[in-house]
Amino acid sequence: MTDMGQLIEPVIPGLRRYANALVRDPAEADDLVQDCLERAVARWGQRRADGDTRSWLYAILHNLAVNRWRTLRRRGVMAPLEAVDPGSLSVAPAQEHGLARADVLRALDRLPDEYRGVILLVTVEALSYAEAARVLGVPLGTVMSRLSRGRARLASALADDAPVRSHLRRVK
Amino acid sequence: MSADRPIGEDELHAYLDGVLDEGRQAAVRRYLDARPEERARLAAYRRQGEALREALAPVADQPLPAELNLNAIVERRRTTLAARRRVAAAAAILCIGGLSGWFGRAAVAPPARGIDALGREAVDNHAVYASDTLRPVELASDQRATLIRWVSERLDAPVQAPDLQGAGYRFLGGRLVTTPNGPAALFVYEGASADRLTVMVRPMQIDRNRSMSERSYGTLEGVTWSKDGLGFSVVAPRASTDLRPVAEQVRRQASFS
Repeated sequence: MTDMGQLIEPVIPGLRRYANALVRDPAEADDLVQDCLERAVARWGQRRADGDTRSWLYAILHNLAVNRWRTLRRRGVMAPLEAVDPGSLSVAPAQEHGLARADVLRALDRLPDEYRGVILLVTVEALSYAEAARVLGVPLGTVMSRLSRGRARLASALADDAPVRSHLRRVK
Repeated sequence: MSADRPIGEDELHAYLDGVLDEGRQAAVRRYLDARPEERARLAAYRRQGEALREALAPVADQPLPAELNLNAIVERRRTTLAARRRVAAAAAILCIGGLSGWFGRAAVAPPARGIDALGREAVDNHAVYASDTLRPVELASDQRATLIRWVSERLDAPVQAPDLQGAGYRFLGGRLVTTPNGPAALFVYEGASADRLTVMVRPMQIDRNRSMSERSYGTLEGVTWSKDGLGFSVVAPRASTDLRPVAEQVRRQASFS
């Protein structure tokens, strides 16, 4: 346990952050992380001894999230993004400087899942490209091309939002 | 000079993410210095990354909820595994017990067919139908003749619905009910205080002639007997009435039929 605890526990805050970014519902996200940890504990003996615990944990979590989306979408209960209460995202109201936090998360939500995962793992979770490739189960080249396209799409989504925001500000 | 090698998109991202080979960093910087629009694009990527990190940072800073405590998860798993082992062990024992019970069933559990079974069945049916305020009977008292014909035919025995007016019970009607020993006729009566009394009749394979016996079943009470292969059971809530005289009336009327 001590060995396992020392390797797993430092990763848990990052796992929560990743889960929250993916599913955008704090309770649902913690359910996923709990599920992930239970699996990790159960399969601790089966992981590759030379493998990296951090990417192994993110991979378990990512796969659980993907399965969860599939189920939700099959049932058609995925909440439209507009319906997500911004207050539930623990995000500050729109700031005048830089990118507003709510805006960037909203823009991220509009990206296809394959881009979101890569961007979050590399940018927020600070995984190496090789680790991200392991988590997502894709070749390194795919990680690079998704990262490139994902960042471009996120940037253009944010650029599209900007005029709407200033327009709203003028109106009020 | 290596700077002459074209700069790849991958290298721009690696530069942004701080993982570009040291030897290529100067080349990328020179490349960007010469291209303001590319510099702006990377700056936008950098800003979006910062915004994402900032937006999501609070989640990682929160204290961990109790359900994500690793020690608790390990402990829960240990107890679950232990419980599962216990369940498996218990299931194995049950399985053995079940098999020997099944093969030994004739020895230990005689089929419930006799007068005791009749009493039990009557109580069960009373519990289901007498408490039904909407539809306690399938055929009401105004269809008495149809009811009698129906149940007599199904039971293959001459059955009468006793008249219990004298005992203060109004006939509501009746229905065919199921028992583990085949169909039975159930007649439902109502007393002055809307208390219900039922009379159940079915053919008897064994215990074909038994004298009257009284028995309580929880809140219910039953008087059971059989005569010439037909079993009778009168059931009512305990202490709602003295069942014996009512049962005597039923028996008298049955022997006239």
